[in-house]
Amino acid sequence: MPAAVSVRGLVKRYGEVEAVRGVEFDVAQGETFGFLGPNGAGKSTTIGMLCTLVRPSAGSATVAGYDVVRDRDDVRRSIGLVFQDPTLDSYLTAEQNLRFHAELYGVPRSAVARRLDQVLELVGLSDRRHDEVRGFSGGMKRRLEIARGLLHAPVVLFLDEPTVGLDPQTRRSIWAYIKSLQQAERTTIFMTTHYMDEAEYCDRIAIIDQGRIVALDTPEALKASIGEDRVEIRTDDDLAAIAALEERFGLKASTHEGLVSFSVANGAEFVPRLFAGLQVPIRSVAVSRPSLDDVFLSYTGRTIREAESAAPNEWMRRMAQRGMRR
Amino acid sequence: MSAEAVLDVDRADLAHPWPAPARRSRLAVSGRAIWVVLKREGIRFAADRLRVVTGLLQPILFLFVLGSGLGTLVKFGPHLNLRTFLYPGAAAMSVLFTALFSAGSVVWDREFGFLREMLVAPVSRTSLVVGKCLGGALVASTQGVLMIAIAGLANVPYDGVLMLTIFGELLLLALAVVSFGMLVAARIQQFQSFMAVTQMLVMPLFFLSGAMYPLSNLPAWMRVLTRIDPLTYAVDPIRRAVFEHLQVPPALRARLVPGISWDGWHVPLGLEIGVVAVMAALFMAIAALEFRKVD
Ligand SMILES: Nc1ncnc2c1ncn2[C@@H]1O[C@H](COP(=O)(O)OP(=O)(O)O)[C@@H](O)[C@H]1O
Ligand SMILES: [Mg+2]
Repeated sequence: MPAAVSVRGLVKRYGEVEAVRGVEFDVAQGETFGFLGPNGAGKSTTIGMLCTLVRPSAGSATVAGYDVVRDRDDVRRSIGLVFQDPTLDSYLTAEQNLRFHAELYGVPRSAVARRLDQVLELVGLSDRRHDEVRGFSGGMKRRLEIARGLLHAPVVLFLDEPTVGLDPQTRRSIWAYIKSLQQAERTTIFMTTHYMDEAEYCDRIAIIDQGRIVALDTPEALKASIGEDRVEIRTDDDLAAIAALEERFGLKASTHEGLVSFSVANGAEFVPRLFAGLQVPIRSVAVSRPSLDDVFLSYTGRTIREAESAAPNEWMRRMAQRGMRR
Repeated sequence: MSAEAVLDVDRADLAHPWPAPARRSRLAVSGRAIWVVLKREGIRFAADRLRVVTGLLQPILFLFVLGSGLGTLVKFGPHLNLRTFLYPGAAAMSVLFTALFSAGSVVWDREFGFLREMLVAPVSRTSLVVGKCLGGALVASTQGVLMIAIAGLANVPYDGVLMLTIFGELLLLALAVVSFGMLVAARIQQFQSFMAVTQMLVMPLFFLSGAMYPLSNLPAWMRVLTRIDPLTYAVDPIRRAVFEHLQVPPALRARLVPGISWDGWHVPLGLEIGVVAVMAALFMAIAALEFRKVD
């Protein structure tokens, strides 16, 4: 199967600024692929180039087999787009917004009604289809935009920070919708986020920092690559437990707020051995994996929060951009 | 919620949920885009009754307050009152402002992000601009229909031919104004700036168009400026049509509706209309070019 997205040496310069500095990756059909990185890392610029909205300074990319520079219209027909900023007409109803899109993307007239029902159902907005969008919550608007992005059955759906600015509960529900549609439609999804926890929803993620991909793998592999799991146990006799861990398993443990904690390569597999081997009674066990925060830290030398505060903040950047656009 | 139950389409092979259509002609794609953009203008306008009212307010003030107030100074005799003379200008004004507002809505679209949805679609920019211009012109000419409906209040007769003629001329004017507004809007980011710029341009055009006074016996500098003003060529045909349907002594008519002359040469009606049509086409073409550069 050909790749849904294929990128080679892609570069974008804005004057002095090198927003994207030679990224390379392939996204397989049906995959959910994520770009994870702090603000200003070059995520939106990369999406812009893949969607033919930004002209690459160097390198090449194909989407659904079409070249993003030579076959612009073919690329546009093959993709769905959900931008970072909303692009709905809030004075039209949900359905009117979708119908407008169906016409512009040439969905066959005979297929429109059925397709509308499908995508509205998919994002749980069937009962609001005749309401004007301005009455919708932020989460509902996002869902409607996702429905619209899917309406013309694109090969790849691009989502640029689909949950930014939404509360955690809404973010979770948006992700549930994205995952369910991904299963139902087998659409390839290319999304960006700067929320660590959201990258977990992806099949593979590329960690991008200052215009470069610094790591690319499954979330599991990325976390495994940086080391061991953390195990915390509560015992009746902490000192005996520490001694036993040292003696039987060769592990260095320490107590911390009434818990004995230590690191081990594969925590989940170690737990049964722990129960069998440790003579001290254990009352509870918790195994935690390294977080993507730890992954980002190990590849870039700073936490994502530090990276964000080093970059000019989002607001200032937008004001600057407004000024620059004529 | 089970999404699979809803979507009985199997996309395992990445086939479309509908049979892939034969490659559609560019014309068909553009036609559909023009139509849907136009339709949206209509939907938005129909939902916005306030705009209809405010669009009527200015010309009615102009017609009745100015017309009746100045009417005490200006007497044309028993056959004609000032309101009738001002009617073509008022009708043009009503369409002018509505048309500008329609064009300005593209700046709203930009501010609220919807323009992006249109610009990234796999359709030509020209079809988007043409759809917007046609839609805006149709919306603005519904305002013209309202002005035609109140013609009687200005003692303009309800004559079928006259009403159709006025409508046609207003529609053409609307198209030219929307297209002009679109070419301005292509470079403007904020609605307030759009309004400021267009008011600045349109007010002088309106005052110089002969909407408020006859084109005869003007001082030389004003004579020249009125001839340059494209709006003059939109107002004069409407006034000609109105006066054709009035019983006015020839001498008075010659003074009030002298027509337009270029250095003594009398410009025929067809050419006046042609000037407006050429303007409309020219502005629309430039607007389309401008929007090609927008990203
Ligand atoms: N139109 C532009 N002109 C100049 N600089 C830009 C433009 N768009 C983005 N940039 C710069 O490129 C870098 C990457 O931006 P962006 O791709 O928006 O990052 P992200 O989406 O990861 O937050 C930033 O430093 C940003 O300021
Ligand atoms: Mg971004």
